[in-house]
Amino acid sequence: MAKKILIVGGGLAGTIVGNGLCRKIGSELSRGDIVITMLGATNQHLYQPGLLYVPFGRIRESELVRDQRKVIDKRVVFHVDPAVNIDVDKQEVTTESGRVHGYDYLVIATGSRVMPQTIPGMAEGAHWFYELDAARKMRDALDKFEGGKVVVNVNAPHKCPVAPLEITFMLQELFEQRGIADKCEITYTYPIGRLHALEPVAEWALPEMEQRGIKYETFFNTKSVDPKARTITSEEGSTLPFDLLVTIPPHQGQQVIEDSDLGKGGWVPTNKLTLHREGSENVFVVGDTTNIPISKAGSTAHFEADTIVDNLASLLTEGRMARDYDGKVYCFVETGLTTGTYVWFNYTTPPNPGPPSQMIHWLKLAYNRMYWLSARGLL
Amino acid sequence: MAERQVIDARGAFCPGPLMELIAALKLAAVGDEVEVWSSDQGSIKDIPEWIKKVGHEMVGIEERKGYAEIVVRKLK
Repeated sequence: MAKKILIVGGGLAGTIVGNGLCRKIGSELSRGDIVITMLGATNQHLYQPGLLYVPFGRIRESELVRDQRKVIDKRVVFHVDPAVNIDVDKQEVTTESGRVHGYDYLVIATGSRVMPQTIPGMAEGAHWFYELDAARKMRDALDKFEGGKVVVNVNAPHKCPVAPLEITFMLQELFEQRGIADKCEITYTYPIGRLHALEPVAEWALPEMEQRGIKYETFFNTKSVDPKARTITSEEGSTLPFDLLVTIPPHQGQQVIEDSDLGKGGWVPTNKLTLHREGSENVFVVGDTTNIPISKAGSTAHFEADTIVDNLASLLTEGRMARDYDGKVYCFVETGLTTGTYVWFNYTTPPNPGPPSQMIHWLKLAYNRMYWLSARGLL
Repeated sequence: MAERQVIDARGAFCPGPLMELIAALKLAAVGDEVEVWSSDQGSIKDIPEWIKKVGHEMVGIEERKGYAEIVVRKLK
């Protein structure tokens, strides 16, 4: 009887796992010894890091979205039928349509979502760019913006940890290009006592902000937004006025994780080396869905997915695990509209960002196109 | 009944122990405790500083070999 691999989630992580497995165990798939099934929430595959450019009109929306059936290998049985319950004891996943899928190995790749509604007034009073519709609205607001107080507000937890700095520097450069910088005041707020979670990045960002005239406030965790008065207030007792509020909303995992009692907030307790769900030998967790204290980012998901591909292929063909995940994360960082840098680290190597350059900016733009090769398991 | 959640953030460069604590407290109930394990020397200073600013309770800090166990109670 064929071994069944079930991938729940059709985003970056699930797709790289599915495509990577097809490349590793093609013979077994051809013989029908193994069947891979994927349950996605949509037939569209969105390149989320590209959303950063939408508010600036710097990317065509058609570059961000592809038909998932063209991204995922045809040997993966793909259903647009999201999971509504995951029963790891019975080894069954129930979908929205009522179908029940059994599995021998399960990969949970359900990702995370923005939750502006968890902070009073945020959904009504703020703009964000982590979803396509919201990024379009922010683009419209920026088109009309002629100057005033801009607050870039960061909330925990959130994915893509460098995006808040990127959007701040890009906004500042946009206002300069439009000739309205002298009418704009940008204030960046951050939840902890420095400008970024990564200490070397925070040390780099501080003089950059001071030189560009960007104000900042640390230890700022949003309590509420007053859309009428146009103010934002922190748990720490500070209130800032704004004419334009750009927020990085707090994130949570997906509802199906909470409904299945697999993890508070939708984050699944996961072994940081093997990527097994804690307590399960045949359930792997990948990408934003894990509770591993590591950046929730596309590159994290990618490197974790590569590890799971190697381990699942090895388990299925040789009955052993191949390797541990080493905690690798690699992020490009836009430092404006024309320059960029990058940062990489793992569980044992601290980050050390280099000086910004035009070349890294172009490399990031090139990667935005090359992503589709990554998703296919070719890069 | 109050719960205690343990977060092993030793060696976590990003988002780091304080950010993990903030995220965990958002999901905790009033009265629950969060215990963060941090190998970042800065946590011993910045976690109590933030707890004082925001109005939760520092339950205690235990120094272990190469890391600290920092326990916080959610008060609001």
